[in-house]
Amino acid sequence: MALTRDQVAHVAMLARLGLSEAELELYREQLDAILAHMEVLQRVDTSLVAETAQVGGLLNAWRDDARGECLPQQVALANAPRRRGDHFEVGAIQE
Amino acid sequence: MATASAVSTLPEILGRYEPVIGLEVHAQLLTDSKMFCACSAAYIGSPPNSNTCPVCLGLPGVLPVINRRAVEYTVRTALALHCEIPEHSKFDRKNYFYPDLPKGYQISQWDMPMSRDGHLDLVAGGAAVRCGITRVHLEEDTGTLQHAGDILQQARSSVVDLNRAGVPLMEIVGEPDLRSPEQAREYLVRLRQILVYIGVNDGNLEQGSFRCDANISLRRRGGDALGTKVEIKNMNSFRAVQRALEFEIVRQGRLLDRGETIEQETRGWVEAKGATISQRSKEHAHDYRYFPEPDLPPLHLTSDLVERVRAGLPELPHQLQERLQREHGLSAYDAAVITAEREDATTFEALVAAGAPAKAAANWLMGDVARLARESGTSLGRSGLGVAGLAALIRLVEAGTVNGPTAKALLEELYASGGDPAALVGERGLAQVSDTAELERIVETVIAENPAAVADFRGGKEQALQRLVGGVMKATRGRADARAVNRLLRDRLAR
Repeated sequence: MALTRDQVAHVAMLARLGLSEAELELYREQLDAILAHMEVLQRVDTSLVAETAQVGGLLNAWRDDARGECLPQQVALANAPRRRGDHFEVGAIQE
Repeated sequence: MATASAVSTLPEILGRYEPVIGLEVHAQLLTDSKMFCACSAAYIGSPPNSNTCPVCLGLPGVLPVINRRAVEYTVRTALALHCEIPEHSKFDRKNYFYPDLPKGYQISQWDMPMSRDGHLDLVAGGAAVRCGITRVHLEEDTGTLQHAGDILQQARSSVVDLNRAGVPLMEIVGEPDLRSPEQAREYLVRLRQILVYIGVNDGNLEQGSFRCDANISLRRRGGDALGTKVEIKNMNSFRAVQRALEFEIVRQGRLLDRGETIEQETRGWVEAKGATISQRSKEHAHDYRYFPEPDLPPLHLTSDLVERVRAGLPELPHQLQERLQREHGLSAYDAAVITAEREDATTFEALVAAGAPAKAAANWLMGDVARLARESGTSLGRSGLGVAGLAALIRLVEAGTVNGPTAKALLEELYASGGDPAALVGERGLAQVSDTAELERIVETVIAENPAAVADFRGGKEQALQRLVGGVMKATRGRADARAVNRLLRDRLAR
């Protein structure tokens, strides 16, 4: 199943990537090759393997509910591309 | 199509269409720290961006670690809502861009939530309703945005405060089992009550620690076909939820009557306009590309853990209500009012334990004490009177030491400035005059001084007796037992 240009454009939009027509085609081909490999993996018989998203074997990696140190306010804001007072500032939000 | 006009009213529309309503509630958990880091979960009142760390700021290279208490509180909630707790669950990333979401994704739960298939029982319009609970899952709250300008669409820029980002947030998804705005409101009242009782949420709609979104569609009565559902947001009171749903029923009903179609969209409730307005946009397609959170190992909630949480579950509102009816003989109505807030129920039980008769304790709490608490903004527990003081006052009334009006006057004073009720009664000579000989003497005097009232009463004017009772009360500075005075006057005048 070949990936279409529009599918790539949609994913690029969701990831906020502005791609040229040439790039759309370039990534379409590359993503297509990656997905083709998934089709190879699909051929492996996994009927006896439990579905999982992790193979590390860890479970319940949790901590006690205790407060610790926060960053000082000015440190938290230090790398802000734009600030207004003690807030981060962003441009117009188009709903 | 019906002969209906485009201006049908709510009852007319409800005659033709049945609303199908499902609610989603987001409730912040009362943990000390955030969901995945050690910043404080109590962010309200902190200076902007002072309650953050690399994890909740979404800086690269950090590792979130699950707050165990948040997991336990979610299990507690799920159990209170009769949900099943699967042994295995996991967190997922919900990907979208919005300035209040620093990572570009929210850690939430998608296909393996911590619980599912529960229910919530409620009573609305005198009828019992069971609403299914689809799932209760755990996620993290976002930061908060303020927009320059009145409305978002016109704002040229916005500012972001990330103090709230990462606060543990529980999502409770209800089945579309509700059939009226009243049921929806009652569902929320009940759900909030349960969350507050079990100590996982503070139930504050105004500050947004308990938030609600609604899905609503209409279907023609007698038909099976489900209508197109619309999502409503921005409702921050129980009343707003009911009004927004009523508005939406009328809006959708009128569109359907005109043969138009309902657009599947998200609409925001605008309190000032009393209307919902469309928040739809083509660009905001809901394509969240959920995938398992690679930084968080899955959860394995053993039956041991679940049973330990179940054992620690406090008495739920409906259980307490039934117990108060059973143990103290309260009416269903009184028990419902007393148990609406956990604090009132605790006070009631403390009053009874301190020797106040149950019915009297309930009446005081629901009447004058509730009024004083409302007017003064101070609960009984924090008032000068206190729970023990109120119990003492009620005992004085029950023993016949003071009469009702005197007790009410004392309540007002003690509530504000405190003191010992019995001592005050002694000091001021407020004890009820119940010495029959003394009362009879006063009755004689009052009758002699009020010949007109006596003549009126004897002439058949019932009300005239009250003037005479008033005369006796005045002579005793309000300390007489009104019932005894009534009886003495009637006996004397009948002679």
